[in-house]
Amino acid sequence: MATELIFIAQQVVNGLLLGSYYLLIALGLSIIFSLGGIVNLAHGAFYAIGAYLIVFLGDQIGYGLAFVVSPIAVAILGMLIERLFFRRFYRADPTLSLLFTFALSMVIEQALRMIFGSSPLPFSVPSFAHGMVIVGNFFYPIYRIGMLAVALAAVIATWALLNKTAFGKIVKAGINDPDMVRALGISLNPVMTAVCGLGIGLAGLAGVLLAPVTGVQPAMGQEILTAAFVVVVIGGLGSFWGVVLAAVLVGVIRGLTSYFYPPASEASLYLLMLIILIVRPRGLLGERFERLE
Amino acid sequence: MNHKTSPALSVRRRQLLQGTAALAAGLAMPAIVRAQGTGPIRIGHLTPRTGFLGPMGEYAVLGATLAVEEVNAAGGALGRKFELLTEDSVNPQTASTKAQRMVERDGVHSLVGEISSASGLAISQVARRAKKLFMQTGCNSDELRGANCSRYMFHLEACNTMYVRTVGQALLRDGMVKGKKWMAFTADYAFGHDLFKRTKHFMDENGAIFISNDNLPTDATEFSASLLKIRQQSPDIVISNLAGNQTTNFTKQYNEFGIDIPFAGADMNMTSIWGAGKNGFSGVWPIIWTHQVQAPSAQEFVGRFQKKFDKLPENQAVNDYLAIKMLAQAMNETKSDEVDKLIAYFESGRKFDVLRAREGYFRPWDHQLVYEMYTVQPAENAKDADKFNFMQTSAPVPAASESLEVLAPTQQENMCTFA
Repeated sequence: MATELIFIAQQVVNGLLLGSYYLLIALGLSIIFSLGGIVNLAHGAFYAIGAYLIVFLGDQIGYGLAFVVSPIAVAILGMLIERLFFRRFYRADPTLSLLFTFALSMVIEQALRMIFGSSPLPFSVPSFAHGMVIVGNFFYPIYRIGMLAVALAAVIATWALLNKTAFGKIVKAGINDPDMVRALGISLNPVMTAVCGLGIGLAGLAGVLLAPVTGVQPAMGQEILTAAFVVVVIGGLGSFWGVVLAAVLVGVIRGLTSYFYPPASEASLYLLMLIILIVRPRGLLGERFERLE
Repeated sequence: MNHKTSPALSVRRRQLLQGTAALAAGLAMPAIVRAQGTGPIRIGHLTPRTGFLGPMGEYAVLGATLAVEEVNAAGGALGRKFELLTEDSVNPQTASTKAQRMVERDGVHSLVGEISSASGLAISQVARRAKKLFMQTGCNSDELRGANCSRYMFHLEACNTMYVRTVGQALLRDGMVKGKKWMAFTADYAFGHDLFKRTKHFMDENGAIFISNDNLPTDATEFSASLLKIRQQSPDIVISNLAGNQTTNFTKQYNEFGIDIPFAGADMNMTSIWGAGKNGFSGVWPIIWTHQVQAPSAQEFVGRFQKKFDKLPENQAVNDYLAIKMLAQAMNETKSDEVDKLIAYFESGRKFDVLRAREGYFRPWDHQLVYEMYTVQPAENAKDADKFNFMQTSAPVPAASESLEVLAPTQQENMCTFA
C-alpha cells in the first residue's frame, strides 16, 4: 500500500511537470488573445519552428547557443508576423483572424514538410543532461527537471513583466479598455508587437525544450495546440493565474489517468474541460470581457 | 397558371440538352480511348501522407514513383505507359471516397498502397465492388487476410503474425520468453489490438508470464506515466505494439528514462529508427526489409533510389515499388490487363524478385506475399556509426533451410474464403 502511494505521488509530480509544457504554450496563446482578440491557430506551428530550429542550429552552432538563439528567432518571427498581418485583424470580424491563422498554420506545417521531409528528425537529450535523479523511491530524468526549471523561470519572468513594469500596466489597461488607453495618448501598436513576440517566443521555447522528448516532425504543433486551447479555456480568458492553475490541473489529471486508465489519457483533458465549462462557463479564474460579449 | 413553355425557355432547354450531350460525349471519349488500349494505364495510389503514419506514406509515394519511372523506361506494360495518381488517404472515410473517385472518374486500372488497416479495408471494399485489383502495401492486420480477405486484394505487407514470429524467434534464441514477466504497450486502434492479440498468443504459447497491457491513444506523444510504471513494475521484458510516431517517441523516452529492462516490439519501420536517432534507439524489432539487406538486387535498388531521391530507401518504399513492378510484369507476361487473368497469374505461385536473397510468392488461398524478414537492433559500434547506419540487420528469417511460409498463419489459424 505504501509503495502504491509512492507510485501515485510520483505520477502526481510527473503531472505537475507535464503541466509546465502546456503552460508555456497556453500562456502565449492567452495573452495574444486577451490583448488582440486573435485566436492564434498558428501558435502550435511556431512551437514546431522552435523545435526545428534547435535541431538545425544545434548542428551548426552547438546546443548551448542554439538553445538561446532559437526561441529569440521565433519571437522575432512572431513580431514580424504581427507587424505584417495580425495588425490588420484587431478591429475586424474575429472569423477573419481565425481563418488567417489557420491558413498560416498550414503554410508553416507544409513548409516544414517541404524543407525537412515528413519523417521525424532525430534529436536526443544533450549528453550533459543525461541521467536520472534518484531520491529513495523517486526517480526522474535530469533533463526534465531542467526543463521544469527553465519553464518556471520563463513563467515567472513573464509574470514580472506583466505585473511589475510600466509595460505590463499598459498591456493590462489595453486588455480591459483599449479605447481609453488610446484616448490617453498611448499607442498600443508597439505594445501588441512586443506581446506577440513574447507569446510566440514562449511557444518557440516550448518547442526547443520538447524537441529531445517528443518527435520533431511537421505536425507536432497541431498535436499540442489542442491541449493548449483546453488549458486556456479551463483557466479562463485573461487570467494569468487561471492559465497556470489550469495547466497544473490538466497535467496532473492527465498523469493520473495515464496511470489508472491509459486509453483515456488524452480524453481526460476534454472531460475536465466539459465539466468546468458546465460548472463555470468563463473558466476557473476568467474575467468578463465586455467587448467579447 | 400557364403551363405552356415559353419559346425562350424551350430554346434554352434545347441548348442545355445539346450542351449536356456534347459534354457527355467529351467525358466518354477517354473511356473509349482507354478501351482501345492506347492511352496510359492509370494506377491509383492511396496512402496516408499526414498524421502519425505520414512519414511512412512519404516513402511509399517515392517507391511508387520510382517503379512507374522504371516501368515506363522499359517500355511500359502492353506497350502502354503507366500513369500514377497519388492521393493522401487520410482516414477510412476519405480513403473510401477517394478510391471510389479514382475508380469511377479517373478510370484507374488498379489501386495500390495504404498503411492503416482500417483504411485498407475501406479501399478493399471499393475494389471488390468495382472488380479492380488492390495491391495493399502497408496494412498489417491479420483479419484483412482472414475474415476480411478479398479475391481482389493482394498483400505485399507482412501480417502481424509474421512480425510477431520473426521477433519471437530472436527472443526465444536469447532466452527472453520462457518464465519471463512481460508488460505490453499497445496502439489503441485496430492494428495495435490485433498485434497485441498475436503477441499475447505467442508469449502464452511459449511460457511467458503476462503482467499488464496498456492501450495508448495514437495521438499521445509523451509517455512518462507509462515509463514510470515500467520502472515500478520492473518486468523482465517490455513489448511494444505501438505504431508510427508513437514508436519513435516511446523508444526515445525509454532511453531518456534510463530504463535498462530489455525492450522489444512487434512492429518497426526505418523512419521510426532514424527518427529515434542513435542515442534514442534500443531493443530488438522485426522488420520486413532494410537498406542493409545484402542481396544484390536489394543493393542495386538502394543505389537507384539514392540516385533519384538523394536519400536511402525505407522499408515502406520497397512494398509500393514492388507492387507496381509486379503489376507491369503480370500484364506483360499474361499479355492482358484483364483482372481475372492477373489474379490467376498472381495465384499461380509465380516467384518474384522481392529484393531479398530468396524470391517471394503469393499464397493462392489468402493472397499473402511470403518473403524473408529480418530483425533489427542497435549495432555494436552504434556510437561511431553515421546517422543512417547505427542499427544492424540480422540474417534473414526464416533460415534458408526453412519454408518461407513458417512465419505466416496457417489456413486453420486465419481462415479466408474468397466469396
